[in-house]
Amino acid sequence: MRKAVIIGAGMTPVGEHWKLGLRDLAVEALFNAMEDAGVDKVDSLYVGNMLSGSFVEQENLGALIADWAGLGNIPAVKVEAACASGGAAVQEGVKAVLSGLEDVVAVVGVEKMTDGWPSDATRYLAYAADAEWELFHGASFVALNALVMRYYMKTYGYTEEDLALFSVNAHANGAKNPYAMFKRPIKVDTVLNSPYVADPIKLFDASPVCDGAASVIITTPEKARELGVPKERWVEIAGMGRAIDTINLANREDLLTLRAARIAAEKAYKMAGVGPEDIDFFEIHDAFTIMAALSLEAIGVAKKGEGAKLAKEGQIAIDAGYPIQTMGGLKARGHPVGATGLYQTVEAVLQLRGEAPSQVPDAEVGLTQNIGGTGSNITVNIFRRV
Amino acid sequence: MARPMQVARYWRHFSEKYRLIGGKCENGHVHFPKRPVCPVCGSKNIEEVQLSGKGKVISWTIVRNPPSGFEYYKPYPLALVELEEGPIVLAQLTDVEPDEIDFGMEVEVVTRKLREFEEDGIILYGYKFRPPVE
Repeated sequence: MRKAVIIGAGMTPVGEHWKLGLRDLAVEALFNAMEDAGVDKVDSLYVGNMLSGSFVEQENLGALIADWAGLGNIPAVKVEAACASGGAAVQEGVKAVLSGLEDVVAVVGVEKMTDGWPSDATRYLAYAADAEWELFHGASFVALNALVMRYYMKTYGYTEEDLALFSVNAHANGAKNPYAMFKRPIKVDTVLNSPYVADPIKLFDASPVCDGAASVIITTPEKARELGVPKERWVEIAGMGRAIDTINLANREDLLTLRAARIAAEKAYKMAGVGPEDIDFFEIHDAFTIMAALSLEAIGVAKKGEGAKLAKEGQIAIDAGYPIQTMGGLKARGHPVGATGLYQTVEAVLQLRGEAPSQVPDAEVGLTQNIGGTGSNITVNIFRRV
Repeated sequence: MARPMQVARYWRHFSEKYRLIGGKCENGHVHFPKRPVCPVCGSKNIEEVQLSGKGKVISWTIVRNPPSGFEYYKPYPLALVELEEGPIVLAQLTDVEPDEIDFGMEVEVVTRKLREFEEDGIILYGYKFRPPVE
């Protein structure tokens, strides 16, 4: 079977890019990745994006971005899986390479969220929920996660303070990342003193509305050699998994199990031939602190109900047993929704090349986990140093 | 935002949203809303069932930054209610102070206005839950 390696990675800083539009961000990240790989053309383009139609009235992103980047008459499409669009787009790119249909594939994730009103952003994000049975009743995405967080705290006896530790860790790491939206460390009190958005979720339990784009170039080892990319710059996509769960949170058999994440992780571990104990760092989807806790449980790092315990025990820091969010995570680096899976991928690449600003020593295998909806559409990818 | 002229979009869910009609498969599994396939056993033999509208709060939140269209009502309580027939339903709570809401609190269904669109727009009604009135 063919193998797929990433030979180039690029991104824009995450933030409020008032001077740049969606296409500007996407092309900047794409060009950075192509330059990093040393390629000036690609066979196809996959665009991870969730809400371009709602935020900036633009769909057909395949044509828009390939055209604007001057990539010629290549095949190009948008991949949408809610906030997991980026992770899913990477997988579609890998599939194209593994199938043998395409040799050099570009994947770019982009989201432009700050061109509209905040309450509209809240509405658009809720489009990933069940429109008739959740948004119809005034459920925001934060509210749905808040229902899970309160139930988790009640079931396992955690406090708001316990979950705040995930934000503290993310900000500590994000402070060193020049591409992060928030570059300041915070304390538990910073989280606890921030206002409620949907109780018990406070402003500092949640990731920000922001803009950004990130991109990777994927090819085979043979083609990478032919292109003259030195082997130490290759990063293998060793495992992939993806699964869905009920779109409507109320229909979930167990509110506190991210079943889609568990299935996706099992698939990815099997394909890569590794287990959670072999992973050197984890980029999980901490759009809300509760999702960080549940994700650690779903990917097999913590037992059910003990995800938040890992944070309490100090096991999630860069120099601890299970480093997570080494570049700030969604909380501090930022969460431009459809681009997030690509930011996670770029971060995995930098860690495995030894170029990360908060480097995990001798990192050889990394995992990214990207959640769409309230746990309804989840992607897990495993990356390995070649 | 686009003007919501698609009356049919709301009209087609009257039985669920006004009367709390759910689905029950041949093996007795009850779900809400009614689906084409039983989520428990996969049966496609589903009939309509009238739910009692009595249930208990299993989790709740107070929405302080609502999606656009719901600003008028903020802050409002939103809850997951486990109905006595088994299914869990997401809905707003009404006629209750936020401090009074608790795990296991008994509630009953009522029909309330959920949202209205500007001037000549349509008004959406549906279920909310409140503490039982004797």
